[in-house]
Amino acid sequence: MKTETLVQPQIKAKPSARPRENFFQKHEPLILGGGSVLIVVGIWEAIWSYTDWISPLFFSGPSAIAKTFWTVLTEGNLLADLAFSGKNFAIGFSIALVTAVVLGVIIGWYRRIRLVLDPFLSALYAAPRVAMMPLIIIWFGIGMWSKVFIVFLSAFFPILVNTVAGIRNMDRDLLRAARAYCASDWQIFTTLAIPGSVPFILTGVRQGVAVGLIGVVVGEMLGSSEGIGFMVAYGGQTFQTDTLFVGFVIIALAGILLAWLAERLERRFSRWRPER
Amino acid sequence: MVKLQIEHLTKHYWLEREDRDVLALSDVSFSVEDGEFLAIVGPSGCGKTSMLNIVAGLLPYEEGNVSIDGKKVTGPGIDRAIVFQHSSLLPWRTIAGNVRYGMELQKRFDQATMKERTDHFIKLVGLTGFERHYPSELSGGMQQRVNLARALAADPVVMLMDEPFAALDAQTREFMQAELLKIWAKAKKTVVFITHQINEAIYLADRVVVMSARPGRVKDIFKVPFSRPRNLSLKRDSRFLELEDKVWKLIEEESEHLGMVATL
Repeated sequence: MKTETLVQPQIKAKPSARPRENFFQKHEPLILGGGSVLIVVGIWEAIWSYTDWISPLFFSGPSAIAKTFWTVLTEGNLLADLAFSGKNFAIGFSIALVTAVVLGVIIGWYRRIRLVLDPFLSALYAAPRVAMMPLIIIWFGIGMWSKVFIVFLSAFFPILVNTVAGIRNMDRDLLRAARAYCASDWQIFTTLAIPGSVPFILTGVRQGVAVGLIGVVVGEMLGSSEGIGFMVAYGGQTFQTDTLFVGFVIIALAGILLAWLAERLERRFSRWRPER
Repeated sequence: MVKLQIEHLTKHYWLEREDRDVLALSDVSFSVEDGEFLAIVGPSGCGKTSMLNIVAGLLPYEEGNVSIDGKKVTGPGIDRAIVFQHSSLLPWRTIAGNVRYGMELQKRFDQATMKERTDHFIKLVGLTGFERHYPSELSGGMQQRVNLARALAADPVVMLMDEPFAALDAQTREFMQAELLKIWAKAKKTVVFITHQINEAIYLADRVVVMSARPGRVKDIFKVPFSRPRNLSLKRDSRFLELEDKVWKLIEEESEHLGMVATL
């Protein structure tokens, strides 16, 4: 016993010895984060089931939401709504990504084009694009294309503005080095401007995903007969609070999933960056 | 054979802030022989960086003549390569990719030759095993090795070094100086090395150009009498310290003179 207590501090003092983590320390984020969710949902469910503090008209409870989720999934058209919203988002966002990156590169590279377009871009970037939804419905009707367009319009500007910033943010030292090695304008464009702007573009993608999601939901709420946004709006108008909550939970989960994907993408392309 | 020739080079600047003309370089002349290691030492503001930029073709000049292998310098060329003070490495490229970069831009070699030269010079600067690392994973001294390998791989007639060790800590700097001499002995390049450190200039160079400040002009050019290969212990040799002291006094005179001007 005595020798053991003598030996132990020495092992601890060894700088190379990796500190031992127990199960709790290792999974701390998951345990604390997941635990807090479980506790909150548990308390919520207890209040919902065993008291009459919550009126089903104004709010809902976890078990009711789960039950409604199952009902709309098996009997309702949840899958169709989800496919409708997902498709609109995917199409609108893809068009926004391609056009915003191409245009952003051109605007960032050519100073004169930037000076001409800047007032319009600044105005449109600052304005909430969903405010244009009524106009967009007049243009495209209440079918899928008005939603595709609002997603496009929402996601386009953050990606564009960030791409322009990325192209303009060229390192002066790198530019000097490239010039000294006889780089042509085209070589500077392909070897410095484009790779250097990738992190900026991905920041734009992350912001674009967030506002694009708002775009598709608000678009469907304002004028549609399908989609998750419509499901929420319809649930509210008909006092089906449970249905409304199902839609809301799905939107929240989609937001978390897309943000996670965008972050993964950002990390994948920033491997060369110093650890933050 | 003369590789780099500078004759009566004079450079004016328009200083926007003070709305007046500044004479950065005044009638600078010297030449660098084939395979020679020439160091240029001078206080800050002596125009040594302006001069390097002119030789590199990054800064235009109006008066005087700069030529490499008898050809007048009018812009950047494949006959020169620079080792920068800040390593200026592309952070998204690996070490191998960065060593290739200069060759890639200059389009002088085919793919196979570039690959071969990349490997060769990574080995020469002692970075074997780090080919696939990114610059952010390397220390300052190692980044400067990459900077050096990139310049050597481009196979220049004259290699220009712009205070490459100025940003390193004292110990790393000393070590890199010794390394540079070893690499230089193997690569057999003509080098122009700019520094503000007198002992660095003496330790490395065959000849030293001492410049004075405002306007920058050549104050003295002398041959370094020490034989090669040189050890770092040379810096503690009494003859070395004497020479260093002599150059110090040359530059000190200058700054005292400047100090007087400032108080007038």
